[in-house]
Amino acid sequence: MLEIRNLTVKIADEDTQILNGLNLTVNDGEVAAIMGPNGSGKSTLSYVIAGKEDYEVLDGEILLNGENVLEMEADARAAAGIFLAFQYPLEIPGVATMTFLKAAMNAQRRARGEDELLTPDFIKRVNAAADGLGINREMLRRPLNVGFSGGEKKRMEILQMALLAPSMCILDETDSGLDIDALRIVADGVNALRDKSRGFLVITHYQRLLEHIVPDTVHVMARGRIVRTGGKELALELEKSGYASYGEAA
Amino acid sequence: MAAVQETIDQVKSIDVTEYKYGFVTELEVDKPAKGLTEDTVRYISARKNEPAWMLEWRLDAFRRWKTMTEPTWSRVNYPPIDYQNIYYYAAPKMGAQPKSLDEVDPAILETYKKLGIPLREQEILAGVAPENRVAVDAVFDSVSVVTTFKKELAEAGVIFCSISEAIQEHPELVKKYLATVVPVTDNYFATLNSAVFTDGSFVYIPKGVRCPMELSTYFRINEQNTGQFERTLIIAEEGSYVSYLEGCTAPKRDENQLHAAVVELIALDDAEIKYSTVQNWFPGDAEGKGGIYNFVTKRGDCRGKNSKISWTQVETGSAITWKYPSCILRGDGSRGEFYSIAVSNGMQQVDSGTKMIHLGRNTTSKIIAKGIAAGKSDSTYRGMVSAHRKATGARNFTNCDSLLIGDQCGAHTIPYIEAKTATAIFEHEATTSKIGEDQLFYCQQRGLSEEEAVALIVNGFVKEVLQQLPMEFAVEAQKLITISLEGSVG
Ligand SMILES: Nc1ncnc2c1ncn2[C@@H]1O[C@H](COP(=O)(O)OP(=O)(O)OP(=O)(O)O)[C@@H](O)[C@H]1O
Ligand SMILES: [Mg+2]
Repeated sequence: MLEIRNLTVKIADEDTQILNGLNLTVNDGEVAAIMGPNGSGKSTLSYVIAGKEDYEVLDGEILLNGENVLEMEADARAAAGIFLAFQYPLEIPGVATMTFLKAAMNAQRRARGEDELLTPDFIKRVNAAADGLGINREMLRRPLNVGFSGGEKKRMEILQMALLAPSMCILDETDSGLDIDALRIVADGVNALRDKSRGFLVITHYQRLLEHIVPDTVHVMARGRIVRTGGKELALELEKSGYASYGEAA
Repeated sequence: MAAVQETIDQVKSIDVTEYKYGFVTELEVDKPAKGLTEDTVRYISARKNEPAWMLEWRLDAFRRWKTMTEPTWSRVNYPPIDYQNIYYYAAPKMGAQPKSLDEVDPAILETYKKLGIPLREQEILAGVAPENRVAVDAVFDSVSVVTTFKKELAEAGVIFCSISEAIQEHPELVKKYLATVVPVTDNYFATLNSAVFTDGSFVYIPKGVRCPMELSTYFRINEQNTGQFERTLIIAEEGSYVSYLEGCTAPKRDENQLHAAVVELIALDDAEIKYSTVQNWFPGDAEGKGGIYNFVTKRGDCRGKNSKISWTQVETGSAITWKYPSCILRGDGSRGEFYSIAVSNGMQQVDSGTKMIHLGRNTTSKIIAKGIAAGKSDSTYRGMVSAHRKATGARNFTNCDSLLIGDQCGAHTIPYIEAKTATAIFEHEATTSKIGEDQLFYCQQRGLSEEEAVALIVNGFVKEVLQQLPMEFAVEAQKLITISLEGSVG
């Protein structure tokens, strides 16, 4: 379970405050969607949860299963179960995707005091997950994300999520850049991971994604805080009326 | 993948965050006054009991050097070197040439032990399979203190000794080959070296012999204000093979020290020489104070048909590196290779590369250069590939990649290509990639620590070159690279 209380964040070395006392809870087994205008702080929220260093937390707390993650380094948070599918996945030159996946899986296993994966077992898992997401095995030999198309990068994020099996999945605009078929494949991939012990925070601009990944709750974010919370019908309402009425709410 | 993990584990087990070879050995030393005159040259020659022809040769070089000026075409910057403020010779007091290890000052043996280079053969033999043995020539400041496994090598007909000893014992070979690859007046630093060279290694592999073990020289500069002018000469007769490795370290000192070496390789018909360097001279401190000026001329001559010379280098040290190991592909069908990893961090400056000079028919060459720049360092690859009019069918493949860590460093690639025959085929590929904080955060988000992430990316980047090194040295080099890059991010 992810609990965020009164989260107040500014950019390090600058005065610009981006999150203004944000409150949000995502229960185990829950799929929560966040929608909100450009620049409202959605990506910032996901980075702060994941532990990016460019931000300074002025107030508030983030608890994962009751444990304060703000004290933890980003890699420790990952091992504790936080996964972020990036809005813009980064290219890692010179490191074959396979190599990267294995290093990441084993790093997390070591951090949790588990044995490392044996290579045959690892390969079996990767191939199965890649096939499920329509990722060509040839691609796994290429350096991670280098020269991948926008849609391929997004699929690769979901592949990593499937292999790392986190307990809290944050998806930042995973639908942008996907064609119609890819959107369905990615959504199916996410749905397959839905589980009563796993929470999802899905950031999106479009109701379309939420037709495939049906959320339990929808939050509206504006000016750095959650300004409204409702069920899946809220997404439909936003699609019709936009964010105009939330301008003053923040 | 296992290798990556292994490296990560090894790196974790290393507890140094900075240059760990920076200690000084306290010794009584023999040295002449600072500065360079004809008398200095005479002093060096006399100390080494050299024959008259050698002294004449040195004096001739010295006279020529005085008429020359320092080159300025490289991208490196440094204040003018005061050649009169350097010691040109420094030898531990122990008699000119120790006959056995028992005559070597225990402090020196201890130094090499600390550097991870055991010189006592029984220590080397413990637990090492015969095929993995390495014979070592240990050069301390201006003299070679010991050469190991000489007897075993002699049985195979191989000569492996210091160049000083070779001048005494094998003058006909030295006279025949010295300066035939790097002429005395080749360049300013080579001429200087010819006048004042102090020690270095000599290798001679007779016809048809495959050298039974790896040969290596370990250079250590210990004394303050002392230049090291090493001279190495390797001759591989028809159909022979040798793999040779050099390693280098120096104490941490505030002032800059000059290392101006000349290395000459000669491969006759069907012979092969593999020359590897793991260079870890003191790079200077974080502010750029101190460190070695590494101005080196290394050249291989593929004199015979179908001969082969390959240079592999891992360069992590030195304040300034100015170095272009080259191959002259004279024999028809000969081949030159250059594999290089140049790592720079802090305020280091590197201007390095290679020259492949195709003279014979159907000669081939390959260049794989990987530059990693971090901190505020600056790295330049300078490569020249040329084909003579008669070098029909010459082929070269060059791949030159730069990896920048952070955004305060620089990397530059300067290729020169010159083909005087229409049948030459030269290919050149170059890439530049960058690791920034965003990439590292991405890796961390997947569970890798920052150090693991850097090691992963860097290992992927240098793999192709490390594979060229003998196994034990590849592991050592990988450690070195990782240590050199510690603290380069975040
Ligand atoms: N490192 C930074 N430096 C300067 N400004 C930043 C930084 N990070 C975020 N911001 C600013 O903070 C605000 C919130 O950005 P954020 O990326 O979180 O918005 P978002 O809700 O994800 O927008 P979008 O829907 O366009 O993805 C923006 O005005 C952005 O310019
Ligand atoms: Mg965003």
